Amino acid sequence: MTAEAVVTEGLQKVFQGGLVAVDHLDLTIHRGEVFGLLGPNGSGKTTTIRMLCGLLTPTAGRATVVGHDVERESELIRTKIGYMSQRYGLYDDLTVYENLRFYATVYGLHGRLRAERLEKHMDEIGLSPLRTQLAGTLSGGWKQRLALACATAHEPEMLFLDEPTAGVDPAARRAFWKSIYELAAHGTTILVTTHYMDEAERCQRLAFLSRGHLIGLGTVQEILAQFKQPTIEDVFIELQRRDEGAAA
Amino acid sequence: MNLITRIREARFWPMLWKEFIQMRRDRLTFAVMTGLPAIQLVLFGYAIQTDVRHLKTVVLDESRTAESRALVAVMINTGNFDLVGAVADRTAMRDAIESGAASAALVIPPDYERNIKRGKTAEAQIIVDAADPQSSSSAIAGAQLAALARGATIIAGRYRAPPPIDMRVRPWYNPEQRSAVFIVPGVIGILLTLTMTLITSTAIVRERERGTLEQLIVTPIGKPSLMLGKLVPFALVGYVQMTVVMALGVLIFRIPTVGSVPLLYLLTVPFIVASLGVGLLISTIARNQVQAMQFGFFFMLPNILLSGYVFPRVAMPLPAQWVGLLLPLTYYLNILRGILLKGTGIAQLWRPTLALTVFAVVLFAVSVRRFSKTIE
Ligand SMILES: Nc1ncnc2c1ncn2[C@@H]1O[C@H](COP(=O)(O)OP(=O)(O)OP(=O)(O)O)[C@@H](O)[C@H]1O
Ligand SMILES: [Mg+2]
Repeated sequence: MTAEAVVTEGLQKVFQGGLVAVDHLDLTIHRGEVFGLLGPNGSGKTTTIRMLCGLLTPTAGRATVVGHDVERESELIRTKIGYMSQRYGLYDDLTVYENLRFYATVYGLHGRLRAERLEKHMDEIGLSPLRTQLAGTLSGGWKQRLALACATAHEPEMLFLDEPTAGVDPAARRAFWKSIYELAAHGTTILVTTHYMDEAERCQRLAFLSRGHLIGLGTVQEILAQFKQPTIEDVFIELQRRDEGAAA
Repeated sequence: MNLITRIREARFWPMLWKEFIQMRRDRLTFAVMTGLPAIQLVLFGYAIQTDVRHLKTVVLDESRTAESRALVAVMINTGNFDLVGAVADRTAMRDAIESGAASAALVIPPDYERNIKRGKTAEAQIIVDAADPQSSSSAIAGAQLAALARGATIIAGRYRAPPPIDMRVRPWYNPEQRSAVFIVPGVIGILLTLTMTLITSTAIVRERERGTLEQLIVTPIGKPSLMLGKLVPFALVGYVQMTVVMALGVLIFRIPTVGSVPLLYLLTVPFIVASLGVGLLISTIARNQVQAMQFGFFFMLPNILLSGYVFPRVAMPLPAQWVGLLLPLTYYLNILRGILLKGTGIAQLWRPTLALTVFAVVLFAVSVRRFSKTIE
């Protein structure tokens, strides 16, 4: 096992029409870390995650995820990562159990192992009573838990969470972060994006993106000290102001 | 891992399983797939009869002679007219037609036999309710032919010579010329087109719209399993639809299945692959489900009008015939009707089979390439 979960060097994505969504990104995420990716809307968070998951081909630069090259070894990477997209990716017309079973099987779980794993997951997150409910009729909080269960049924080494708590109530958010810490305690590396600053402060290290480039990186303390601000929220607003000033 | 385990654990199976559950739960899809065959069959098998035979007919025989009775017999024998009664005068005849009790009347004037005997032209009238020209035209044509034949017989008798020409029309394959025989095999082709293009493309677009396609791509499923898992269920549904329509056709409409049904199933493969190619192609062009539906219906239109499904292609203007040549359904209809109605074998069907195979390879290759790009 290599030491780093994610390494990017000069990673860049230019969309058709010339929009530079991610610009020369150099980033290292350590194994077992809970790493937060912050930035305003359109700053390139989702695009970065998509490149790391092999959904988008980088225009330039290179990246490795759990030790494998994202362009050449994406098949291998896919068996080792979990991804929860901004839209959850659940099948509304399948039940809770069917969604879980489907993703678990696609990730290569079969027979007794699959049955045990599914029961364990459903119990842990309290989905058992809802197993026959259609996913489309779940409330936001339950959808989010189900999506997390689907993304982790195969016990991935690395988990990408793109705004997992958007539109979810505070209690559900707290429960969700509890699950995240449990996963991290078992050695799973986690990359999470969020617009909630209290969530940002729960991350071990943070990266700030603005208009596609990295404008700040470090632990919460390092960042507060570096930018001489009382809270992460102030840092966020200050960094954005500076970056916009630079652009003008 | 041995081969059996590998097959059993292929990532294609969960896709298949999921797709069938979704198909069953989606009311619209389910209705279109099961209700549509029923509607089409009833519509085209029963309602739209281009060949109305057995028109209810009254006879106003003012001649009451051997000759006039012979004429009535000739008309009845064409099978176009069913004698429902005799009427005494023109008013009664008009009443019968206006009330709908009869849709045709045969009028033979008093001097009918006398004129024949004198060597003059004898007149008789067939009055047909031609409000629906489609259904009356074949009856009219039949009556004219029967009268000509009767005339020839009379002349032949007069000169004590055999009639100079004896033209016998033998309608092969569909001797009673029932439109259901022509239409029902077509219904199979139209249904398959609908399922493979419209239903399939909306199912794929829905997956993209809801973000589940993105989710699938980050799983280790791989593109071949993903696409096969998405397409094979619809191909299977197509075979079920085909079997049901064929069974109904045989049971209800007495469609002859002269040829080899296994051969038909086999030659359906290239047609299904070609149509799935079209469906996949639509899914790469359409931005949402509504657009996919619209593209789908847009594609169905020429298929219904120009493939020879209802309207015979030979009767079309040349440009329309050329457009028809670009539709896989045109070739598939040849195969369907050839095998089901004529018992044609592969030896005679190699042309449409080859055409379909070319369509299948080209359409599928192009659409798979496009599809791969859209999920980059
Ligand atoms: N497929 C695409 N084609 C063209 N432009 C795109 C595409 N996807 C994203 N973009 C653009 O790239 C930029 C970065 O988008 P991205 O989704 O990565 O931002 P984000 O940080 O995730 O934003 P948010 O917080 O709103 O989720 C945006 O300007 C967006 O409009
Ligand atoms: Mg985003």
